[in-house]
Amino acid sequence: MRRIAALTRHPVAIVFLAALAVAGCRTQQVPNTAADLGLGAGAAAAPGSRQEFTVTVGDRIFFDTDSSVIRPDAQATLTRQAQWLNQYPSYSITIEGHADERGTREYNLALGARRAAATRDFLIAQGVAANRIQTISYGKERPVATCDDISCWSQNRRAVTVLNGAGS
Amino acid sequence: MRTFVKAILTIASLAAGALALAAVPARALVEIDVNKGVVEPVPIAITDFLSADAMGAEITGVVAADLRRSGLFAPIDKGAFIEKISNPDVAPRFEDWRVINAQAVVTGRVRQEPDGRLRVEFRVWDTFAGQQLKGEQLFANRENWRRVAHIIADTIYEQFTGEKGYFDSRIVYVDESGPRNNRVKRLAIMDQDGANHRYLSDGRSIVLTPRFSPERQEITYMSYESGQPQVYLLQLETGQRELVGNFPGMTFAPRFSPSGDKVIMSLLREDGNSNIFTMDLRTRNTARLTDTNAIDTSPSYSPDGKQVTFTSDRGGRAQIYVMNADGSNQRRISFGDGTYSTPVWSPRGDLIAFTKQSAGQFQIGVMRTDGSGERIISTGFLQEGPTWSPNGRVIMFFRQDAGAAGPKLYTIDLTGRNEQPVPTPNFGSDPAWSPLLK
Repeated sequence: MRRIAALTRHPVAIVFLAALAVAGCRTQQVPNTAADLGLGAGAAAAPGSRQEFTVTVGDRIFFDTDSSVIRPDAQATLTRQAQWLNQYPSYSITIEGHADERGTREYNLALGARRAAATRDFLIAQGVAANRIQTISYGKERPVATCDDISCWSQNRRAVTVLNGAGS
Repeated sequence: MRTFVKAILTIASLAAGALALAAVPARALVEIDVNKGVVEPVPIAITDFLSADAMGAEITGVVAADLRRSGLFAPIDKGAFIEKISNPDVAPRFEDWRVINAQAVVTGRVRQEPDGRLRVEFRVWDTFAGQQLKGEQLFANRENWRRVAHIIADTIYEQFTGEKGYFDSRIVYVDESGPRNNRVKRLAIMDQDGANHRYLSDGRSIVLTPRFSPERQEITYMSYESGQPQVYLLQLETGQRELVGNFPGMTFAPRFSPSGDKVIMSLLREDGNSNIFTMDLRTRNTARLTDTNAIDTSPSYSPDGKQVTFTSDRGGRAQIYVMNADGSNQRRISFGDGTYSTPVWSPRGDLIAFTKQSAGQFQIGVMRTDGSGERIISTGFLQEGPTWSPNGRVIMFFRQDAGAAGPKLYTIDLTGRNEQPVPTPNFGSDPAWSPLLK
């Protein structure tokens, strides 16, 4: 009896797994998902659009505590950013460096600046022209997550690449 | 914008007359020992100054509040008073005041001069010696009555401690409102007790770290108003703003030199590190004091102007350093567990206050200028930004408790035993204490 029941469910299971595989594939390509950014899931981003940069490429990287070292996961994101920026050279960018709240104000302004500079230098090494890049530090003035524990602090230690010039 | 009144007060010694003995030499009735703390605050009776209106009681209310907040005095409840003062020129009935354990009695009178100014006379009496300790009169425009009260409180504080007071002073700080991820920050200024609060900026740009000029009605602060965060000067009397220098990158962490003629600050380098510079406000000449591949920030001069303490992570993590004012002889002075930042040199020259991060907590502490004698005076979830009272006996800072929607200002004395909230209309951060007003 058990065997027969399992076999009857089998076709349904195959269809469900196939759907998961497709979704899983897309998820792997998009660490900063549309859902994270409050956009409609599955919204198609036009090539060269701001939305494509923000959603598909990923506009931000994260840092360890009191560090401006570009982590391996951040290197992957920045490599995609550089490829995209090299493909769409009409955009200029501002890199915002941010720190979490667990530091003093002036030191964190300096730390945010150092993170922005490290991000800039990585993009330049990947071929993005230096004269397209500006940097600014917000220190701990503009957190994106506002709880009082590590789950928020780790999101706030970030560098965000903001597109300035209108793309063609 | 309201203009500030300068030098509004004249002080003349009240003739002791036949009714009071000559003032005895100041003696320290309160021992301030930062290591032991004050054993007992001085019980003091502050009687309502005689006046035709409520002004007398208003002034004595402010005097009593100042002295109580200091932790060194215990103003006695007026309900316990036996004698009702009807003539403040004659000695009180000392035995009536000794009965309620008042060590001192303050009496006074407020009158209006023909030109409209207030004339405030006050006397401080020692109930056990049975004599007058102090007698003075002050003249002031009516709208400055709170300053009169603070000056009287400072006089009493000095009479009993042998040290200058700090009540006739102001605070500039950053008022915070709005959500934590999009905070509106405005410069605000108020008396040290929170009175006479007013705003100096409109909140359209992020403003940070205001600091008083030691000499002029002027502050330096950092603002995002041009897009690039940079250091500005603001003239308090005119509201005029001015960029400090024409540097290519971010400038931040400004403070005045003790003479008020230079601003010392951090300048962001192209490589992402930050070094310390000065700019002479008259000649516009700049000088580089540090040149390291590190974060060098939060510079603060010694009161004699000969040395500078600052934060640097050149050793790997943030620590406190001291150098000569020309940048020579840079040396680390903090060596405890954790990181150290925001060093601020005491106006007395003897101590450096700092923020320490250790074991997931933020602490406010002090150390001697060679780094020895570290003492933590306050520990909390998130607190920083110490600033010294003009007499170097009290530190103001800001704290945000875990789960709180924003930070608040607090004062704490050097013993760490007398912490008091500072009243502000909204959340507050980045306080800076002015010198005593002139």
